[in-house]
Amino acid sequence: MPQQPRVTPTELRQGAGTKGGIGESTLRPDGTLKVTGEFAYASDMWHEDMLWGHTLRSTVAHAEIRSIDTSEALATPGVYAVLTYDDLPTGVTHYGLEVQDTPVLAHGRVRHHGEPVALIAADHPETARRAAAKIRVDYAELPLVTDEASATAPGAPLLHEGRDDHHSGHVPHPNILHRQPIVRGDAAAAAARADVIVSGEYYFGMQDQAFLGPESGLAVPAEDGGVDLYVATQWLHSDLRQIAPVLGLPPEKVRMTLSGVGGAFGGREDLSMQIHGCLLALRTGKPVKIVYNRFESFFGHVHRHPARLWYEHGATRDGKLTHMRCRIVLDGGAYASASPAVVGNAASLSVGPYVVDDVDIEALALYTNNPPCGAMRGFGAVQACFAYEAQMDKVAKALDMDPVEFRQRNAMSQGTIMPTGQSVDSPAPVAELLRRVKARPMPPEQQWTTAGQAPDVRALPGGLSNTTHGEGVVRGVGYAVGIKNVGFSEGFDDYSTARVRIEVIGGEPVAVVHTAMAEVGQGGITVHAQIARTELGVSQVTIIPADTRVGSAGSTSASRQTYMTGGAVKNTCEHVRERVLEMGRRRFGSYHPAWATAELLLEGGKVVTDGGEVLADLVDVLGDEAVDMELEFRHRPTEPFDLRTGQGFGHVQYSFAAHRAVVEVDTELGLVKVVELAVAQDVGKALNPLSVIGQIQGGTTQGLGVAVMEEIIVDPKTARVRNPSFTDYLIPTILDTPTIPVDVLELADDHAPYGLRGIGEAPTLSSTPAVLAAIRQATGLALNRAPVRPEHLTGTGPAA
Amino acid sequence: MDFLRPASWEEALAAKAAHPAAVPIAGGTDVMVEINFDHRRPEHLLDLNRVGELSEWEVGDETVRLGASVPYSRVMDSLRAELPGLALASHTVASPQIRNRGGVGGNLGTASPAGDAHPALLAAGAEVEAESVRGSRRIPIDAFYTGVKRNALEPDELIRAVHVKKATGPQQYSKVGTRNAMVIAVCAFGLALHPESRTVRTGIGSAAPTPVRAQAAEEFLNAALEEAGLWDSGAPLPPSVAARFAELASGACNPIDDVRGTAKYRRHAIGVLARRQLGWTWEQYRGAHNLEGAA
Repeated sequence: MPQQPRVTPTELRQGAGTKGGIGESTLRPDGTLKVTGEFAYASDMWHEDMLWGHTLRSTVAHAEIRSIDTSEALATPGVYAVLTYDDLPTGVTHYGLEVQDTPVLAHGRVRHHGEPVALIAADHPETARRAAAKIRVDYAELPLVTDEASATAPGAPLLHEGRDDHHSGHVPHPNILHRQPIVRGDAAAAAARADVIVSGEYYFGMQDQAFLGPESGLAVPAEDGGVDLYVATQWLHSDLRQIAPVLGLPPEKVRMTLSGVGGAFGGREDLSMQIHGCLLALRTGKPVKIVYNRFESFFGHVHRHPARLWYEHGATRDGKLTHMRCRIVLDGGAYASASPAVVGNAASLSVGPYVVDDVDIEALALYTNNPPCGAMRGFGAVQACFAYEAQMDKVAKALDMDPVEFRQRNAMSQGTIMPTGQSVDSPAPVAELLRRVKARPMPPEQQWTTAGQAPDVRALPGGLSNTTHGEGVVRGVGYAVGIKNVGFSEGFDDYSTARVRIEVIGGEPVAVVHTAMAEVGQGGITVHAQIARTELGVSQVTIIPADTRVGSAGSTSASRQTYMTGGAVKNTCEHVRERVLEMGRRRFGSYHPAWATAELLLEGGKVVTDGGEVLADLVDVLGDEAVDMELEFRHRPTEPFDLRTGQGFGHVQYSFAAHRAVVEVDTELGLVKVVELAVAQDVGKALNPLSVIGQIQGGTTQGLGVAVMEEIIVDPKTARVRNPSFTDYLIPTILDTPTIPVDVLELADDHAPYGLRGIGEAPTLSSTPAVLAAIRQATGLALNRAPVRPEHLTGTGPAA
Repeated sequence: MDFLRPASWEEALAAKAAHPAAVPIAGGTDVMVEINFDHRRPEHLLDLNRVGELSEWEVGDETVRLGASVPYSRVMDSLRAELPGLALASHTVASPQIRNRGGVGGNLGTASPAGDAHPALLAAGAEVEAESVRGSRRIPIDAFYTGVKRNALEPDELIRAVHVKKATGPQQYSKVGTRNAMVIAVCAFGLALHPESRTVRTGIGSAAPTPVRAQAAEEFLNAALEEAGLWDSGAPLPPSVAARFAELASGACNPIDDVRGTAKYRRHAIGVLARRQLGWTWEQYRGAHNLEGAA
């Protein structure tokens, strides 16, 4: 049996001419391949004799499965296997990131629309799909749990009866997955000191990650009884930990390789086809490929939690916040996914980047029959930021104060104590970020007017759809700022592993970097090569495809990979460098006293002193030996939040961004054109400035999307998804994307490698509330939900 | 699924006669989506891409005969003067790639109320040239849309061309979507002034089970323009006329609530667009009229 697929993940090499270390905008090694269509994404994987897997999913949101009849499907020519729950090989039948509550295949009951019920392997994807249509599932529908009221009503159906997970003991109701209060100071007493008290209720819609590369992977059965899995994911080792027990295999027999990932944004933290593909491959003895289409992809991953948020703030006449009370209810859907950690984030970051000593906070996630929700860029901090920033504008208005000045008066800074009791112990330039976006020149007014000509509709709401020539158009400007944690929090042992090898190849020193980091488009591999060049003084760096032959790199999420796996590469390189210098001292130490006395560096392929004197060529130091090390790297430890008070040193690092949004609103039609979204963000240290700007612009655009268009619409009567397609789940096109000027600050965090700060998520937070604030200013409407749609701006909502 | 590839129009008609359930495909904008998502599984696909004449157009004295497969990008580039409403509508179709492949024949064949071309065709006035082995006929556009995604074609008929009246006055077209490009219409409106006949025509998309005209609005405006002698005077429109026109256009809608928008919004937006377009077209008419008068 052939062991290697014909189309395998691309091995990336940086050209020999590249000199770039950290701080340079070196080009991505995968960039040209992606632009020219040569890059092998997971959906391009191909193997001789492979079968195609397909997943039969539930058509209803909540039902008892009375029976499943697969006989007709199995009898279809070309079908090799049909699997249901009864075919699972071991007693481990559920998985999950934190709580193992998700069935590999539904067992007697489905809890959400689109839940996997059966698997088919066939010699053609069409055959598999048609066979799936022949499986008869007898559903007896059950009453639905769709919101907090129906989840906690007397006699409410329990999503998971007999829970024994580690949250079940402290939640007030079994349909509440996790609840995190935070109490600090005395909010009631502080409220008595307030001159104004402002409250509000907000709703944040269900956003989808909408990555362009759908879930895909290829499972190849191996002769040793194991399986090789090529898959697009965010964390190989987390997948492995969940996959192997279900298959009944020891972890070393499940060999995983990252294949080309077309975006992730949190949507690949949970498993999709991984176990399914392996089950079919092991059952049929043939390689099995599974690729979701766009429709299925909307059911193949978790979404951003929709949230209902209630906030109250008080302030004194002179513009100082007195207290904050809030309650954040996140809809976790049918299974736990990352919800508990999202609750922790929402609670601990609910006050925003402000100094508020007296707080009373509650965040919780529900179990419902809605689609499961979990990780997405911003992870609980997004929903909170939308609400607290709306509140900041309201309080400022109540005080008749400029909204930016009000924010600046209450802005946190280094040394501020968070509601969790944690001190912010690195730069927190919140007021400065606001100052910078505010100081930018405004984009010119009425850019659609042309001397004597017809208006340029591209500069107007509606664009080429030609809905206005300026009629009804009002400009609005809005500001927002946010705070996001970086890295895994609440006591999680968050580490990354890097293996680095240095040797002479073809007369030149070459560094080989091997990690299990999932490159999902963020540019981590670019940065790894830059770090290796900086630390080892080589120009040639080879990046080995990520796989499980090397230790875990943790997840590509929480804005953590440059900090963590970048940190691991740096750390291993430093140890490799020490070893190389020892070799040099052994070989050449007697030729020059500086070997013993000076600080030595590796630069330009040579060993040099910190004074710049060249001591030896790396080629001569290494000879035909190689130095090869694999080491783990950890950030400083964190603590869980106390379950009653929410106190604890919970987060590793914080990240801040501020936005100014300028919009034109067609107030009669309710159409919005975002003209400019200016950003200022502190990145600690920009390892690759071009990638940094790309991340900030991407995050900003994703925040814009959920401000004005992106929402998965779930029918409250059926809990079925109504718009699982790119026809009706809209994401911004280039014509919706404004100019995004980016102002980058580099204030080092002394705890972090190179002083860097994780950057990927912060811009997603403040973008949305800034756009909403601008639309509020243009329309004078309260607008308490995101996304805002034309009917919300024109008072033409659905008939009640 | 059999893939029929006629090399000529006659072969295409013969194939359609032999397989009346065959689904014609040209640009594939609608058909491929339905097939890819398994919403439709026809026994036969009838590929019209080898029938070159379908991509041709002729500009006659009073009409443009537009081949069914003439891509939208062609309408935008080459027929802006003759068919300004349809050219504006073409701008709003999907993406540049799709505008290079898709044509009006597909919109007519699918007959979705959301098809971008329909309001422009209704407003301009058009006839659909349908043909079968039995012969050819012209179907007035007003009689073409018979129900939700249904049209007046017989099972053995194919759309060969559409004959659209050349503009003799200003035309406008607007589409509302919740993003600024690549979006299915929440609703759309088209308006054409026909000074030669002293009439106006309208078209409404995505706000009723089929594309429709706002006939009461047209009749009101025709009468108002006539009574006040505005075609001759080129005087400004009284705001009350525009307001009533908008109200009647709004009243011509029979929309639903769906994931793209509410019925209430659609009615409201059609009224706004009708009022704006009447302003734009009338100002343009006045400009041209008064210039002529001065010359």
